[in-house]
Amino acid sequence: MSYKLIGKNFTPSDLEAKVTGRAKYSEDFRAEGMLFAKLYLSPMPHAKVVKIDVSEALKMKGVAGVLTADDLKEVPPGGNPILTNEPHFVGAPILAVAAVDETTAAAALDKIKVKLKPLPFVTDPMDSLYPGGSNATRIGNVVGAKKKLKEHKWSAKDFAKAGENKLPLGKAVDEWTYGDIDKGFKDAQVVLDETFVTASGSHQCMEPRSSMAYWQNGKCYVHGSVQSSSFTFPFLAKAIGVKPENLVFVSEYCGGGFGSKAYYYPSMAIPPYLSKKLGRPVMLRITRAEEYYLGAARAGFQGRIKIGFKADGRISAVDAYIVQSNGPTTGFADYKNFGNAVSVVYQPENMRWRGIPVLTNTIPQGAMRGPGENQTAAAMEPIIDKAARKLGLDRLAIRRINAPDKDGKFGQKRDPFTSAYQKDGLDIGARKFNWNKKKKLSGNRNGSKVIGVGIGQAYHGAGSNGFDGLVRILPNGKLHIHTGIGNLGTFSYASTSRVAAEVLGYDWKNCVIERGDSRKHLPWNLGQFGSNTSFTMSRTNFVAAQDAKQKLLEIAAMDLGGEPENYHLVNERVVSKSSSSKFMTFAQAAQRAIQIGGKYSGKWEELPKELNPMTKRAVNGVAGSGLIGVAKDQLKKDGVAPALCTGFAMVELDQETGKYEILEYLGVADCGTVMFPDGLGAQMHGGAVMGFGMASSERHVYDPKLGIPANRGLYQQKPPTYLDVPSKLEWAAVNKPDPQSPFGSRGVGEPPLGAAASAVASAISDAMGGHLFNRIPVTPDMIVNVLSGQQQSHKALQVNTQ
Amino acid sequence: MVDISQDNILEGTTRRNFIKSVIASASVVSSSAYLFRSHGASKVWAASSGTVERLISLKVNGQTRRVEVLPQDTLANVLRYKLGLTGTKIGCDRAECGNCTVMIDGVTNYSCSTLVHSVRGREVTTIEGIAPKSGGLHPVQQAFIDELGPQCGFCTPGQVVAAVSFLQRNPKPTREEARSAMSGNLCRCGAYNNYLNGVMKAAGG
Repeated sequence: MSYKLIGKNFTPSDLEAKVTGRAKYSEDFRAEGMLFAKLYLSPMPHAKVVKIDVSEALKMKGVAGVLTADDLKEVPPGGNPILTNEPHFVGAPILAVAAVDETTAAAALDKIKVKLKPLPFVTDPMDSLYPGGSNATRIGNVVGAKKKLKEHKWSAKDFAKAGENKLPLGKAVDEWTYGDIDKGFKDAQVVLDETFVTASGSHQCMEPRSSMAYWQNGKCYVHGSVQSSSFTFPFLAKAIGVKPENLVFVSEYCGGGFGSKAYYYPSMAIPPYLSKKLGRPVMLRITRAEEYYLGAARAGFQGRIKIGFKADGRISAVDAYIVQSNGPTTGFADYKNFGNAVSVVYQPENMRWRGIPVLTNTIPQGAMRGPGENQTAAAMEPIIDKAARKLGLDRLAIRRINAPDKDGKFGQKRDPFTSAYQKDGLDIGARKFNWNKKKKLSGNRNGSKVIGVGIGQAYHGAGSNGFDGLVRILPNGKLHIHTGIGNLGTFSYASTSRVAAEVLGYDWKNCVIERGDSRKHLPWNLGQFGSNTSFTMSRTNFVAAQDAKQKLLEIAAMDLGGEPENYHLVNERVVSKSSSSKFMTFAQAAQRAIQIGGKYSGKWEELPKELNPMTKRAVNGVAGSGLIGVAKDQLKKDGVAPALCTGFAMVELDQETGKYEILEYLGVADCGTVMFPDGLGAQMHGGAVMGFGMASSERHVYDPKLGIPANRGLYQQKPPTYLDVPSKLEWAAVNKPDPQSPFGSRGVGEPPLGAAASAVASAISDAMGGHLFNRIPVTPDMIVNVLSGQQQSHKALQVNTQ
Repeated sequence: MVDISQDNILEGTTRRNFIKSVIASASVVSSSAYLFRSHGASKVWAASSGTVERLISLKVNGQTRRVEVLPQDTLANVLRYKLGLTGTKIGCDRAECGNCTVMIDGVTNYSCSTLVHSVRGREVTTIEGIAPKSGGLHPVQQAFIDELGPQCGFCTPGQVVAAVSFLQRNPKPTREEARSAMSGNLCRCGAYNNYLNGVMKAAGG
């Protein structure tokens, strides 16, 4: 199917602002009389605030005031408070001080006396699960979404039975099963039982999460760094305690999020509260070190998987257990996503999944690009290689036989997919990478350097439904597409807006995207996270444009006679099908819509009840300005929309230094129809680069005795640089349409990372003759230890301690 | 070009006019009120610490800009908070990420780790001074658009400045030379190869 806009490259309208420095991020805004805030951060991993004395600080010239947890609603343990009297991690904000400049605010912090009573803490889930071990909170050590905080311990017997190097299999708090795993293991020719660790790591967005706020005439104006515009709005309004109509939220640019700025986060509410209390605008600049303290992080895993393979490589049974280092808050369901991701990528015939999210006094952990799914990829793919070697199978073949296609199923309930073409992805990748030739290079030596090749695979959900679309045709003939999705840098805000233009047959140069500011009348949209935008927003913009189209046809029929179905849209005109000279331009139709009023111009007596209140406010805001197309996405969706990726990597590993170089990498996406080829390429490459970092260098390190994070700068958790990326970095796509997306698109932001991390991990293992590290990242010292027969410096189960 | 005598600047209301005139001549404007407050704020700091604010002249993007600075002021902070040039981004404030890259006498520098006193009398070029004054974009900026260099865009100003400076030194580089030259600028979105494509395109390669 050929489209006018879908599948074509274009220049997103925000690029010029980005290359000229005119793009304004949250720290680039100023307001008259603006104060600067600094945070007093907890120096202890768990403590009770006994006393705060701010008197000396308030005497200082230039100090305007402080905000403490006493000014805010109390948040019980397990929550993620704005400020707290019971910090649960080093770096938890206890209070904020505002002054005329940052230097004064920082000097004021030195004058503030905070008396803390230290409380028990824990940084490793195993220590907390051990009988008598510390809990991260005074109530307990396990909490999850919709779960009450409680204490959960394993028995000493559980630990003794497992020994030092295997994950104990004590009682889980979550589990599910499908099929009969005992039977599955009986059918297996090879059964592996592997314990693995994946490190926690930071998002390391280039833009720290700074924010600025002020109040005017009872309205609160907030400039925030966030991935999602509309989705952030109600949560921010609630956190600040204002009615939605009294909040103005500006989020036009976001300097990187990767899940850490998915929507509202607590530090964003500090300037609004301080500003309200002090009556002046407040800027809170978050430093790089603070990003590591109070930003967010990917959850670490301590996992164990027993996996049975039949002679042909088909996986007959999986028994998986994930312990998640959760941070001190509800965190994110990475551990659950492990179970689902395994069920998707390998389609086991029988499977049990168990898990526990264990609270730790570490940075609050949240979603990071493929939360759970990408740890799954990095842990699982080298294990699949081990099975292939044992069975004497080709490493591509063992993946192919298990890979999901249209008959694949999701999770415990074995839900269907909207569509899935992972086998095609593997085939396309194998051809383009020339797997059959490259695999023969495995083990080739050049001095101390040896070649390894690997394949990786990753999955993430790729779309949702039920949100609202809003478009407007103005009397000047222009199409305004209102999108509340946000601007994370993927350009999907633009590529999905083109869906509306495609439906109406618009020339793209006659389209305007309204976004990034709540004053622009943005409809209720899902956030820009979870690889969902290309699917979800295609649907919402499609239904809004269909509504506009129907109204155009009705207006033409009203004015020119006949029935709406006697007309069609041609070159921004509504034209009679029987006589091309009988037409009205979109501009004329928009003018008529204003004259006719009612639903045509958004002036309903009663707005369609299925619309979200935010969308209703947006419609009221633009009513009467043109022809309004607005609708809720109620299109059919009866399956899980998957984003699937395959990666092929070749590395050269120096056996003397343990350093390895990625020589080439290819990523293949199964994300339905390709909407914006260059944009998809940027995601495939960018995700791969982040995956290289996950595989090789990025991890949080905590001192287990003091609970202090060692990461305060980028160099301590090194993200890949120009020099870590191969020139031969390629991508491809299956490009088969998804039947439940209007133009066939699914999202794909997250699995490119997991595919790359796992392909590299697989290639490293290959270069070392199949050695399994069962740990991510794989650092040069770990490689040297193995090659020289030394013990690793970490114990098998230790997480975030090396 | 703005030129104003030191005497006038010490007079508060005149100073406001001065700042307005400076801002009017800059390619990116900031709130004059903010700058005014910042001036007052600095005095508070100076009063409390005994540190003296000094008026210096900076040559930024071909203009002489006079600005009161403290001894510890970094170039990045002065550009962003006293001269309204917010295109220069602060990503780490520790000379790690390169988001704050500017040129000093044509050579790339991390402005977050450059004391503003050290650039007196030298030519500072920020992202706002890259495009030709006659309008349009610099070839590097256009090439970065054509090659979809930016994703989130936060590192982009630094990447542009680094590339422009590099191509001035080495107009016909190899890709590996460009990779090496750009390696002081991090991009968390991982758009390195897109940026490199842009550098090579701008070099006519």
